Formats: sequence, structure tokens, C-alpha cells
Amino acid sequence: MDCFMSPADELLSQYLGLSINVWLTLVFGFLIVPAVLGVSFGIHKYYTRTLLCIFEWATLQMELNAQEKNHQLYRHYTNGIVSKMPDSTLRQEIQDLRRTADCLSLEPRFDLADVFFFCRKGLESILDDDVTKCFSAQELESWNLLTRSNLNFRYISLKLLALWVLGVVIRYCVLLPFRVTVAVTGIFLFIVLSTVVGFLPSTKLRRYLSDTVHLMGYRLCVRSLSGVITYHNRENKPKNDGICVANHTTPIDGIILANDRCYSLVGQLHGGLLGMIQRAMAKSSPHIWFERAEVKDRHLVAKRLRDHVADENKHPVLIFPEGTCVNNTSVMMFKKGSFEIGCTVYPAAIKYDSRFGDAFWNSSQSGLVGYLLRLMSSWAIVCSVWYLPPMNRK
Amino acid sequence: MFSDINSREDFQRIPELAINPLGDRIINAFFPEGEDQVNFKGFMRTLAHFRPIEDNEKNKNPPANEPLNSRTNKLLFAFRLYDLDRDDKISRDELLQVLRMMVGVNISDDQLGSIADRTIQEADTNGDSCISFQEFMKVLEKVDVEQKMSIRFLH
Repeated sequence: MDCFMSPADELLSQYLGLSINVWLTLVFGFLIVPAVLGVSFGIHKYYTRTLLCIFEWATLQMELNAQEKNHQLYRHYTNGIVSKMPDSTLRQEIQDLRRTADCLSLEPRFDLADVFFFCRKGLESILDDDVTKCFSAQELESWNLLTRSNLNFRYISLKLLALWVLGVVIRYCVLLPFRVTVAVTGIFLFIVLSTVVGFLPSTKLRRYLSDTVHLMGYRLCVRSLSGVITYHNRENKPKNDGICVANHTTPIDGIILANDRCYSLVGQLHGGLLGMIQRAMAKSSPHIWFERAEVKDRHLVAKRLRDHVADENKHPVLIFPEGTCVNNTSVMMFKKGSFEIGCTVYPAAIKYDSRFGDAFWNSSQSGLVGYLLRLMSSWAIVCSVWYLPPMNRK
Repeated sequence: MFSDINSREDFQRIPELAINPLGDRIINAFFPEGEDQVNFKGFMRTLAHFRPIEDNEKNKNPPANEPLNSRTNKLLFAFRLYDLDRDDKISRDELLQVLRMMVGVNISDDQLGSIADRTIQEADTNGDSCISFQEFMKVLEKVDVEQKMSIRFLH
């Protein structure tokens, strides 16, 4: 049988076998074991620092080039689409009107023309309000070698073009397959282990094991995205008796927070792969998944949340009160449903560093799969989490 | 922001409009008589009132169909903010309502009433204790309506 294989084939199969061995060792040694134990080699920090140096060099090149050719590099940051008059703001004008009305000695000033000011201000706010601005991605000030995040891109010099092409090759041919395999391995391991732990009887050992398995799963997911997360104010980390609320920018917000401690997630039960993951998670740790029909019943939702929070052995519930993904420059008005339970609230703030990759999901522009692909072919996901002091209803 | 058809709730979600004393009335101005939805064309029609008046248009003779952003039409838009029942007259009650919205609750009803009476007295020429559109225009003839009721877009 061997004599039918040419020497080239033999060499190729030997080479493949060796590289698979190396690959498995690397993955196991550098990813899975640290993920289980919770240690980090610090590779990512060096990686991000190197990237920053390269970006600064690239920006310097662009600036020098722009000076030579004498044209504008950065677009002016526009403050809106309508030219707002620099006269008094709406609140000041209302206060003015009402203050003169309060003084009994002076005749309150009012004439029929006052209505014009409020009319125009009202129209201006309809055309150019602060809410719509929150739903488009932030514009970067310097270029990070990702064409999609700089609207000003044009051909600057051969050096930069070569750098950009190199960047594309590295991102799509090296980083992307690596990350996808890590993610697949991680999710597979997670589902298997979580189901296995679910068979154990409900004891302290089982809780400890399920926490470890969950944390491993989350850490692997974060590493598959090359995530570098810095936690601040760890003394305010949520405890088992309340809910944790955070701002919502991406679908992976939950994983970023859960990298530090386990939470119970709330959400609708989906079908397909996501549903399978959800069911596997629920086997070993008490998450709150709702059937489609139950979601509309507010009292049922509130009751389940209240029961969960009352049990000390269960993890805090993670809730995103904004209800939708926002572009990480401001916070939308919270929906009050989650706060009606009346327990301790642990706020957390997540801020993404968009120099390494824009994590904002604009659901009208791309679907979930396209979004994940874009995320996995960015340089890294760098973010900071601040734990804010816990609050109670007065 | 704008989907094909908008309802009142979509406008009421804007926080700056919620604190504007005339917010509800401005929203009403977008909706044609008795309807609950406004489409893009209707939206643009209302917005067209606020187009700045070009210099070369001021000197032209008024054409048969006056453009929506003429001075008269801008004044008519403002008049309709007062005149809720569309009877082409601002009655004392309607004026009181707008006054109450603009100056708030700290002022007594009597004082408000006297301000309203004084305003009507100054404007009313035919003695019917209401302000008609012609009287409204006469009172505001010195006011620079074009500048106050125009919105300029940045490029």
C-alpha cells in the first residue's frame, strides 16, 4: 500500500500530522488550561501595545503626507445637521418667561411673537435630536488600518497601502481561522461539560464545578475574540442577592461581564445552535430563559425574577435596561421593568476602546453572523468595565 | 429616525420636544385633520413652512399659488398653534391656554386673565374680543418673521 503513495504525499501527510499536533498542544497549553485556571500569560497586552505603535506610525505618515500636499486630513466634527442659533437655550428661555411672570410688581412680558421661538426650537429638536445620534457608529480620529472605520480613506502612499494589505492578510488569513477554531472548540467543550455537570446531584460540589465550567466557557469566548478587559473597582463586584445592570453596546456584553464572575442571564429561548447552548447552560446553572409566549406576561417575568433573587445560592441576574444596542457614546433612557423587583442594584459601566475594532452592532446594517465575522476579523476587543457602588430603593 | 409612517408616539419620544411648552401643538401641526399617522410627504409639507425665504423671492410678485414658506404662510402656521378649533379666530380661552402652557403654574388665574385681556385689547380692531388672522398679522408686522421661523441646514 505504501509504495502507491509518492514521496511528496508522504511528506505532506507527515507535515500535516506534525502541525496538527503542534496546534493542539498550543491550543491546550495556551488557551484551555489558562482558561480553566483563570491565569493569563499577558500575551494580549504586548500585542495591543505593538498594535498601538504601528497605528501611531501610520497616523504620523498620513499627517506628514497631508502637510506636504496641503489638504485637510480630518473632517470637521459636525455638531448636527441644522444650524442652531447661538441665542438662549430652551430651558433658559422658559425660565426667563416664568421668572418675569413671578414678579408681581413688574408686568410679565409676553407678546404674541413669543410663540415663534418655541416653535422653531421644537422643529429643530424634531430634525436633529440627541437620540438618533446614538444609533450610528462613532467616527475615529485616527486610522486603525481597518478601512471600514475611517470614512476619509484614500490612497496616501505606497508604504501605507502595503501596510494595509499586510494587515488584511494577517487579519483574514491568520487571525480569523485561529479565532473561529478556538470559538468552536470552546463552545463544544462548554456544551459537553455543562451537560455532564448537570447530571450531578445538587450539592456544593456541583455548584463549584458548574461555576468553573461556565467561567471556562466565557473566558474561551473572550480569548477567541482577542479580548483585553480591564476591571476597575472590583470591590463593588455584584453579590448573590441582587441584579446587575449595564449599558448595552454589543451582543457580547454579557460575556465580557461574565468573564469575572458568573451571572444568571435572562432572555428569550431561541431555536437552533443558540437554543442548544442556552439549554446546555440551563442544565448546570439556573438561568432564566423564557418561552416566546411567556415574554408578554409581565407579572410572570417579575415573579420569576423575584424568586431567583430571593435565593442566596443563585447568581445575580444580568439585565440590560436600555433594551437595545447603542453606539457606546451615550446612554439611552432605561426601561423601568427591571427595577420594579425592589432588590439591590449593582450598576456596571462598559466602555469599548474603538481603536482596535468597533464592537457596536447596528442591527439594521448587518445580521448577527455578519457582525460576528466582522468582530473576529478586527484587531482586538479592548474594553474597560467599571463596577459602580450598589444601590437600593429608598 | 423616520420610517414610512409615523405616529404621535414617535414624536413624543424626543426629550427636547417633551419639555417644550408647545410640544404637543407642534406635533399636532404635522398631522392632517383628524388623522393619526403622517407619511414622509406630509412631514415635508409641514417642514416646508420653515424654509428660509430666498432674497430674490422677496421682490417677486406673489404668484397664484403662494409658496409654503412665504411670510403669510409662516404666520398662518403660528396662528394655528393658538387656534385649536380652527375657526380662524383666537378666542380669549385659547389665548389663556397657550399662556398657561408658556408661563407655568406659578402665576394666578387673575393675572393670566389680565395679560390675555391686554393682549386682545391691543390687537383687536373690530371689537369682537377675538384675534382674527388679519389682526394677528397686523400686530406682528414689525417682527422679523423670516428670521425667527426659518431653519437653515448645515452642509
